Amino acid sequence: MYTETQILKETSTSLLNGEGELVINVGPQHPATHGVLHLVITLNGETIKKIEPHLGYIHRSIEKMCESLTYRQFIYVTSRMDYLSAHINNHACAMAVEKAMQIEVPQRAQYIRVILDELTRIASHELWWGALAMDVGAFTPFFYAFRERETITDIMEETCGARLTMNYMVPGGVMADIHPNFQQRVKDFIKLFKKNVDEYDDLVTGNVIFQNRLKNVGYLSPEDAISYGCSGPVARGSGVKSDIRKIAPYDIYNQVQFDEVLETAGDSFARYLVRVKEMRQSISIIEQLIDNIPEGEFQAKTKAVLKPPKGEFYTRVETARGELGVYIVSEGGTTPYRIKFRSPGFSNLSALDHISRGSKIGDLMATMGTLDLVIPDIDR
Amino acid sequence: MTEDIKQYISEIQPNATFEETGEWLNVNIAANEFHPFASMLRNSRFQFDYLFCLTCVDWKTHLTTVYHLSSSQNRGLNIVIKVKLDRNDPEVETVSDIWRTAEFHEREVYEMFGVTFLNHPDLRTLILEDGFQGYPLRKDFEDPINMIKL
Repeated sequence: MYTETQILKETSTSLLNGEGELVINVGPQHPATHGVLHLVITLNGETIKKIEPHLGYIHRSIEKMCESLTYRQFIYVTSRMDYLSAHINNHACAMAVEKAMQIEVPQRAQYIRVILDELTRIASHELWWGALAMDVGAFTPFFYAFRERETITDIMEETCGARLTMNYMVPGGVMADIHPNFQQRVKDFIKLFKKNVDEYDDLVTGNVIFQNRLKNVGYLSPEDAISYGCSGPVARGSGVKSDIRKIAPYDIYNQVQFDEVLETAGDSFARYLVRVKEMRQSISIIEQLIDNIPEGEFQAKTKAVLKPPKGEFYTRVETARGELGVYIVSEGGTTPYRIKFRSPGFSNLSALDHISRGSKIGDLMATMGTLDLVIPDIDR
Repeated sequence: MTEDIKQYISEIQPNATFEETGEWLNVNIAANEFHPFASMLRNSRFQFDYLFCLTCVDWKTHLTTVYHLSSSQNRGLNIVIKVKLDRNDPEVETVSDIWRTAEFHEREVYEMFGVTFLNHPDLRTLILEDGFQGYPLRKDFEDPINMIKL
């Protein structure tokens, strides 16, 4: 049987005898870390012996900040955590407050939220796809990815007024009604994207050089994925069911048809396939909803000052990177007593050392690329 | 299911107390009984093998470490374990040998709250710089230069 103590023993005995070993720094400013992540890597020749992540270069102490912001204000800070899925972060926080206050969200708002969440997921996976291809040496896909991502950010700009940190979800619904052009533009995008995502497969997925860079690289077993608390596409690439949209459906996710994408290989290529397939699932979700947005209010009537009762509230959502948890401890005041954000990137990063030990340094970029780390999300 | 878990826990750890304030079952346990209890839960028939959140709350008079556990076989099954710690000398056994992800989470709690995790393989600061004074997420932390009070 698998035991965690066994890994611990294995890793500690193989540790650093100091002979013929080289310690190098990757980052804090390194093009492949996509942010200010600092890795101290111990090498023996080209083989990785140990990776120590040093975090905190972009630590803003969001948890402490939230303790002095009211329940309406703190949501805006969370857009700055995982800036690629700002909508989904806002969604999690809005849901946490709604759960605490027992606010009923109107159907229209729920539809808008889910559509925007899925658009965000596509935009985030687009950026990841382009950046991963660039990390392993292909430059063109980056432009392809940004072509579609640009269309999504334009749609966001029209409806939310911002392109990156939208701050559109508020407790009780969404901040404003959707733009009159919204539905048509989303439909146009879907039509375009369906054609283009096949192009992605032609250009990258089937490419032999690309596959050789990713296959059998960065293997993560299902047991380790569970033990390291991995979630999202990282866990699903190892065949672990972890989609919060299926486990604990929120808003109208229980009314839409979609599949939880699972791959069993556990290597970097499996994680790649999960994300590409997820983009197609997101398209299918949007297609089911976009024509059926019900009429009505886009925001529930709420009090000007929100005062949740004393207690502890935990909500979780599925962001593009995995499970985001918001743990609020309320003492009955206007500000949270304590907030903890369980960010998906933090747990996924904790597995990096284990995944990479024994592999070559050249493969590290592929492994890190498919973990899809967003550093502000890890540091908070 | 919750009743089953409750019964199982009272069998293996009669001193544990329950509260049902949130949506999930909360279990309070003493710090010195925590580690064997955690490993029993991990290997029990409920298989709590997925630690998805580990954090700490400063209650001014004491600290509480909070562990959110789930089972990979049944992710709808969740349980919250709370360990009350002395604020002046907070010490608790590490669970990084039971759930590997705890190693990182415990390092974060260590620097932010000053909780010492006994037998932790690598207890150093993770996010803050070396030699940082004070525990930022404690309620009495003061930083006159960088802190904004509203």
